[in-house]
Amino acid sequence: MSHETAMAEGGFWRDTGRTGIGAWIFSTDHKRIGLMYLYCVFGFFLVGAFLGLLIRLELMAPGPTIMTAQTYNAMFTVHGVVMIFLFIIPGIPASFGNLVLPIQLGARDVAFPRVNLFSWWLYAIGAVIVLVSLFTGGGAPDTGWTFYVPFSARTTTNVSLAVFGVFVLGFSSILTGINFITTIHRMRAPGMTWTRIPLFAWSLYATAWVQVLATPIIAITLLLVVTERILGLGLFDPTRGGDPVMYQHMFWIYSHPAVYIMILPGMGVISDIIPVFSRKPIFGYKMIAFSSLAIAAAGSAVWGHHMYTSGMSDLGVLVFSFLTFIVAIPSAIKVFNWVSTMYKGSISLEAPMLFALSFILLFSIGGLSGLILGAAATDIHVHDTHFVVGHFHYVMFGGTGFAFFAAAHYWLPKYFGRRYQEKPAIIGWVFMFIGFNILYFTMQVLGMEGMPRRYYDYLPEFARLNFVATVGSWIMLAGVAIVVWNLWRGLFRGEPFTGNPWGGASLEWSIATPPPTENFEEDPVVTHGPYDFKGVGVP
Amino acid sequence: MTEEHAEHILSYGKLATVWVTLLVLTAATIMVTRVELGVWKVWAALAIASVKSGLVIAFFMHMKYEPRLFRIILFVALFTLAGFIGGTFFDVLYR
Repeated sequence: MSHETAMAEGGFWRDTGRTGIGAWIFSTDHKRIGLMYLYCVFGFFLVGAFLGLLIRLELMAPGPTIMTAQTYNAMFTVHGVVMIFLFIIPGIPASFGNLVLPIQLGARDVAFPRVNLFSWWLYAIGAVIVLVSLFTGGGAPDTGWTFYVPFSARTTTNVSLAVFGVFVLGFSSILTGINFITTIHRMRAPGMTWTRIPLFAWSLYATAWVQVLATPIIAITLLLVVTERILGLGLFDPTRGGDPVMYQHMFWIYSHPAVYIMILPGMGVISDIIPVFSRKPIFGYKMIAFSSLAIAAAGSAVWGHHMYTSGMSDLGVLVFSFLTFIVAIPSAIKVFNWVSTMYKGSISLEAPMLFALSFILLFSIGGLSGLILGAAATDIHVHDTHFVVGHFHYVMFGGTGFAFFAAAHYWLPKYFGRRYQEKPAIIGWVFMFIGFNILYFTMQVLGMEGMPRRYYDYLPEFARLNFVATVGSWIMLAGVAIVVWNLWRGLFRGEPFTGNPWGGASLEWSIATPPPTENFEEDPVVTHGPYDFKGVGVP
Repeated sequence: MTEEHAEHILSYGKLATVWVTLLVLTAATIMVTRVELGVWKVWAALAIASVKSGLVIAFFMHMKYEPRLFRIILFVALFTLAGFIGGTFFDVLYR
């Protein structure tokens, strides 16, 4: 297999019967679909980040700063909806999952390539519906991304359309999940036993199960909200005999496991990057693989910890608090195994590794602050404060966001055949890391001091830390800008990227760069594990 | 990993038997509402509905003739759904 030949032919970039945009939006090639997802989710990340920046600007000083209270409400709602449903949930599984999974398994494509394309179309249609909802009807939704009743059933803003958009996005997620489960069961190359599957693929497997089993619940719940708004059924509205707490149950039955749809693929990315850049086989392969399934299972039984102050029964609070602590065990298993992998390794601090290392720290801080929220007694003190916002961003941005950038630096050069510059990547990472901690750690302190979330205005004693947090957002923005500029320029105009410069042992590093349309010239026969670096040289 | 299994075609007789059984069970569901069973009325209706859906899944959807893996996957889904519904009862029953 000659890398030079593939480069000359452009691999999957060139091999297509169609031309123009049709070669992309009608392609069933998992790599093209993965890239389409990548462009979309990344675009929405930038939109969401811009909205987040505006929210921080508004909160920089007490009182009205740059927008009205109603705009602020719409702003944090749209920031949440865009970031959650359009960026983080499809972020790693749909983009990098599509790009990498079939190749890691030794397959030529996913099990159902046309369903795969259909699920991208559903994503695109759902995204358009959500965007249209912002500018039509009664204007952008102002409910927060959770669409809590009874407010979401009564507000005059365009909740129905936004919720319908999320409903369509859910089907995209379910189809991707079904595709990945089937691919992992049915499409593995000869010799690719369950214990030779790369841990990124294992994490996608656990994620896919959650996508398939939990997403229908939110689809039904959101449809019920629409019927409540249109027909006034009284399902959730207490003045009509409905139960608003039941809405919270149904919403979080999906949306808590959805947190694991967001973080598990990120953990998979880290599990693949750490051994490669430590030049050591992963420590505790089976435990990491098993802990992904354990997180998916245990994470599906803890939704009630979002509802301690909702009026749920005391027994419910007790049970869900106990179950929440169980999730900490498989999460800690992963962290300890990553650290053990690095122990006495030959660590190489390149951009993917720096993002991966910061994932471990930031996810651990986020996870530990999660225990404060999981314990019912302490949660009541900080519920609905900026502490929750800080915790959530530590896990979701410090975790999944940094893993997304780690994956981008690790895998994208393989698919583009060009590489970014190392130095700007590291400088950008430093800015991101520093800005991130200034922004979100300050938020956690603010929350401890009692600053509520989703409030347009605040007491003067919170002014100083809010100012600091806003400055942090600027530093982080500078970091993101450097990283994005460097990636964009490098991947399209950078130095050629050939071979296996990082010395990865999983299958994607054994094929030409960029990968050919059919991935493998001959069906591979797998003879070693994905972290068996013997015989894999580093240039 | 491409383990194939033979297509299994059900006879019309068997399909008709299942269909008639479903009709009988539908009639039973209606009859049960006319009997005074107190709190057991709901359980009786749910039990009949479970048997009916079991028949549909086993015969009309061919689950009886599929590999064991598919049955395991089906039960994982059912078990998860039962867990979701059961979990809410920690709240609803004790509020």
